[in-house]
Amino acid sequence: MTKMHLKLTVNGTAVDCLAEPRELLIHVLRERLNITGPHIGCETTHCGVCTIDMNGKSVKSCTVLAAQADGATITTIEGLSAPDDLHVLQTMFREHHGLQCGFCTPGMIIRAWRFLQENPDPTEEEVRFGMAGNLCRCTGYQNIVKAVLAAAAEMNSAKEAAQ
Amino acid sequence: MNDHAPSRDERIAGLKGLGTSRRRVEDARFTQGKGNYVDDMKLPDMLFGDFVRSPYAHARVTAIDAEAAKALPGVVAVLTADDLRPLGLHWMPTLAGDKQMVLADGKVLFQGQEVAFVVATDRYAAADAVELVEVTYEELPVVTDPFKALAPDAPVLREDLQGQTEGAHGPRKHHNHIFTWEMGDEDGTEAAIADAEVVAEEMIYYHRTHPCPLETCGCVASMDKVNGKLTLWGTFQAPHAVRTVASLISGIAEHNIRVVSPDIGGGFGNKVGVYPGYICSIVASIVTGKPVKWIEDRMENLMSTAFARDYWMKGKIAATKDGKITALDCHVTADHGGFDACADPTKFPAGFFNICTGSYDIPIAHLSVDGVYTNKAPGGVAYRCSFRVTEAAYFIERMIEVLAIKLGIDAAELRAKNFIRKEQFPYHSALGWEYDSGDYHTAWDKALKAVGYDALRREQAERVAAFKRGETRKLLGIGLSFFTEIVGAGPVKNCDILGLGMFDSCEIRIHPTGSAIARLGTISQGQGHATTFAQILASEIGIPADDITVEEGDTDTAPYGLGTYGSRSTPVAGAATAMAGRKIRAKAQMIAAYLLEVHDDDVEFDVDRFVIKGAPERFKTMKEIAFASYNQAIPGLEPGLEAVSYYDPPNMTYPFGAYICVMEIDVDTGVWEIRQFYALDDCGTRINPMVIEGQVHGGATEGLAIAMGQELAYDEMGNVKTGTLMDFFLPTAVETPHYTTDHTETPSPHHPIGAKGVGESPNVGSVPAYSNAVQDAFRAFGHIHAHMPHDHARIWKIADGLGLHA
Amino acid sequence: MIPAPFTYHRPADIASALKILGEYGDDARVVAGGHSLIPMMKLRLTAIDHLIDLQGVESLRGIRVSGRDIRIGAMVTQAEILADRALAAAVPVLAEAALQIADPQVRNLGTIGGNVANGDPGNDLPALMQCLDATYEIEGPGGPRDVAARDFYDSAYVTARADDEILLAVRFTAPEGGAAYVKQKRKIGDYATAATAVALVKSGGKCASASIAMTNLADTPVWAQDAGAALVGTDCSPAAVKAAVAAMQEAISPVEDNRGPVDFKRHVAGRLLAEAIATAWSRA
Repeated sequence: MTKMHLKLTVNGTAVDCLAEPRELLIHVLRERLNITGPHIGCETTHCGVCTIDMNGKSVKSCTVLAAQADGATITTIEGLSAPDDLHVLQTMFREHHGLQCGFCTPGMIIRAWRFLQENPDPTEEEVRFGMAGNLCRCTGYQNIVKAVLAAAAEMNSAKEAAQ
Repeated sequence: MNDHAPSRDERIAGLKGLGTSRRRVEDARFTQGKGNYVDDMKLPDMLFGDFVRSPYAHARVTAIDAEAAKALPGVVAVLTADDLRPLGLHWMPTLAGDKQMVLADGKVLFQGQEVAFVVATDRYAAADAVELVEVTYEELPVVTDPFKALAPDAPVLREDLQGQTEGAHGPRKHHNHIFTWEMGDEDGTEAAIADAEVVAEEMIYYHRTHPCPLETCGCVASMDKVNGKLTLWGTFQAPHAVRTVASLISGIAEHNIRVVSPDIGGGFGNKVGVYPGYICSIVASIVTGKPVKWIEDRMENLMSTAFARDYWMKGKIAATKDGKITALDCHVTADHGGFDACADPTKFPAGFFNICTGSYDIPIAHLSVDGVYTNKAPGGVAYRCSFRVTEAAYFIERMIEVLAIKLGIDAAELRAKNFIRKEQFPYHSALGWEYDSGDYHTAWDKALKAVGYDALRREQAERVAAFKRGETRKLLGIGLSFFTEIVGAGPVKNCDILGLGMFDSCEIRIHPTGSAIARLGTISQGQGHATTFAQILASEIGIPADDITVEEGDTDTAPYGLGTYGSRSTPVAGAATAMAGRKIRAKAQMIAAYLLEVHDDDVEFDVDRFVIKGAPERFKTMKEIAFASYNQAIPGLEPGLEAVSYYDPPNMTYPFGAYICVMEIDVDTGVWEIRQFYALDDCGTRINPMVIEGQVHGGATEGLAIAMGQELAYDEMGNVKTGTLMDFFLPTAVETPHYTTDHTETPSPHHPIGAKGVGESPNVGSVPAYSNAVQDAFRAFGHIHAHMPHDHARIWKIADGLGLHA
Repeated sequence: MIPAPFTYHRPADIASALKILGEYGDDARVVAGGHSLIPMMKLRLTAIDHLIDLQGVESLRGIRVSGRDIRIGAMVTQAEILADRALAAAVPVLAEAALQIADPQVRNLGTIGGNVANGDPGNDLPALMQCLDATYEIEGPGGPRDVAARDFYDSAYVTARADDEILLAVRFTAPEGGAAYVKQKRKIGDYATAATAVALVKSGGKCASASIAMTNLADTPVWAQDAGAALVGTDCSPAAVKAAVAAMQEAISPVEDNRGPVDFKRHVAGRLLAEAIATAWSRA
């Protein structure tokens, strides 16, 4: 099959790769760029484990074609932090037991990261709606919601302290 | 800095042992996207396998033409049953004593059955090639109803078994019959029911569903022809059993097979079985000499690997007029699909369904189960439960409600009236179990008080009155559930799978500097074993949990064990961990005594050290003892500090709990909303309360899905109607309620640390709570029972049938 | 679930897009957000040789609100609709409906154009567009033309848009009075079991005009003209609502599926309509 030359910015780094136009963005990330944080769960945009941030928006990368993504700026869980400097969301997911098997976690956290930029001070109900594109089979969401709210509180108080 | 000798309490806290909500060690990698799941694996020259699957539920396969597929660039091989036959691998044994086609051998028995295996250089080429394999089918009549399957003139599904009147579990009565399993006293029960003052009867159906973890099943098989070693990485809840099975059916010596379970993205029973994908990947790797990866897509997962439930349970419950239960009878028609691929202990073809007398002191009971073949996918796995315990709990908790209606007694009161009393433990049930410990009345009272049960009943009555006056279209349902689980399979005397006793194991090595590694025969799929087993050990041997690595899942390094399912890890491997820890401690005691120059009996263990009795200021810490074990020649002792324990539990454990769900139901739309969900669990000794709470939240959410809409539905042609997550219900954060958790603590008397296991309780206990809430909402209008799942349309149908839309 | 191969085109303007579409005819399809089309391609239910991605066509973007005149470019996403304050102020019911489509991630890529043009009876915006009497601006080889939303849908996936035409924008007048979009679904991310769009104008305590359309209760959206008419001149009393519901139930023709049987859907549609009328009335 004819491949096309893709130019992407992934986690702050410009990358080039060859891919068939039909390749799914999740496969480009995982197979060609070895970014295995985002996973594959349902393949029909229902589960959200493939969630990444593309051009400043949360998207489900199982339903984006490689060709459509050409030129995009992408952030995945891998781009959120360095191991010695975790993002507050990562800390709060651990602190509040917001994960179990970990399979949904990269998508869940990268979605929460964008959600808190869209709505920095959400209510519990807003968190539940804002995170409704991400399924979890282990936690029953309660501790995920708790973690996101705790992260928001922490980020807000850090912001206030900085002002 | 001043030297501060930590207090005893500080030393205890520093261990992060039993009872601590220790944060999980697994989370660092998962929160940073550095988990290592099987599909993350990439090996040089790795090929990708994909299945051609049957679109028909029952058909003869008369020809397979793979020429066009083989000609496609990137395609390396296309395997069919004819290729596997010379190796004897076109069929494989199931865990239930049946056999299953690996690739269609002349016919197919369910939609989605594996027909051919395409191997290509990448998944795109494989997917394209699958489209090009031309299979000629001759359609056969389809049976999806187990009752119709047992009709005399029903089509013969398993032609390979034709004429065989003896199955793996006794006589077969019909060409589509698999087994009959019988327990209890049939005549006595019949007589008790005949003599009873009141008898309630009901057919309770627990529908077909699927564990549906977010990660599907998959593997990477790599045959190293130079060294003759096969390595198989995959989504295995029981890696050792997979190794043994792989050896038995492939003929490769067991020491030449290494099975590894990397991180697993949820299992819930889906990843216990052995699937054709694993076998085909192994064969493909042997044939091609290259590693072969196979990963299911979601539709394949739902259609082919491991459904759960599909039990038709016909019950009769007898009682006195004032509500004392006198007998229980149950007959189950169990739909197993095209092959019996249940994952139950060998002697239990219907799992532990004979726990169906529940939490009640029922003097006499009888149970019979008939397993039946139909044109549906094989499986019958324990979806977050211990071998058909969910079915049993749902059955008895519905029967109790039905009986309460018949007697006109409040369902909470009826339960309390019949609970096994605290002083009756250990309790021998009418269907053959010995319940280890329990205090049901205390738990029940606590639960009823917590939700304000009496006030809820008053509110419900007021709501019914308001509804009748036309002031509201919403009803209130109060769903009660009291469950007793049976977990921790199990004692080798009666529990084995394919002849492998269901013990489990732990091996501990203490390093010279006083840290440790523990390896177990289980495998976490999210339960947090690396965190909690270190806690058990920390309390046993006085080394901080943070200094203990827990490793599982690699058969080359871990001791043999039967894996993680059926809430068995804590009851069995957790016990092995404690026992191995005690062996370490025994040796440490001798070393401490030697170092302190006293007799062994003159020292005692104290948190993280051995002290001289009566002189606690003279002690040796475990850290000092560890180092000494490596550098001092202690007379009569081997150097080093290691232990291994293979633990064969004397009995199962019996966690229990009380769940109450309060639900608002819109009579016109069938829309439900959960106003309150209260879950009280008694899992004996609590290792990590945070993890327990997380398990309860997750299990109760799975229960929500199952009760309220999650169904693997088939049409009459055997087509799967719910093959994607559009239709297969997994709730989001919006549909999921907030849970209130609570507990009592009744330790298991026979478990070394008194723990009972909790992972599956919330699935077992919550499903009846949700279902009872729906049915209870309509009780005032004469409703008795309706089948799950209670999706909007089915709830509406209850209301419609009661004339509430007139 | 892997799509079959295709040739990819990303034209920079409508003229180029139309040219490619003209050249390949039936073998070509335009894609907007792709959240309806790509799943079909992955299931190999749709074979496409040439995929024309419209993301580079700037003229398809943009929301214009001038007074009550609204024009929304076909490539405007549902998330952009939700984020546009002027639009939310002028037509709150549009946000109410858009918020009930799928989930946040899907709304980030799903477009109004894709939602109204692909002819999926499960989509939410077509009924709302019919309710609001929107006009679809379409361009083909013969130049641009307008089609009323109420005339656009023929049957499932079959619309008045010819294979060589592209939807440019959706245009409508913001409703006066009150409007509501009420939807019942099994869960977030699901299509409607039933849904209804209602817009009505109140004058002197009476309903001066009313428009009602229904989602996923036939193989097209259903503009229930008689149902709206049943409300006009009434004070939306229970009797009037009952008449509107009866008229609506005449107009729909639901089929049984995993969401439930026909009688259930008809009943739910009635209940939702009553609710939507009450809400719209309270907002009018």
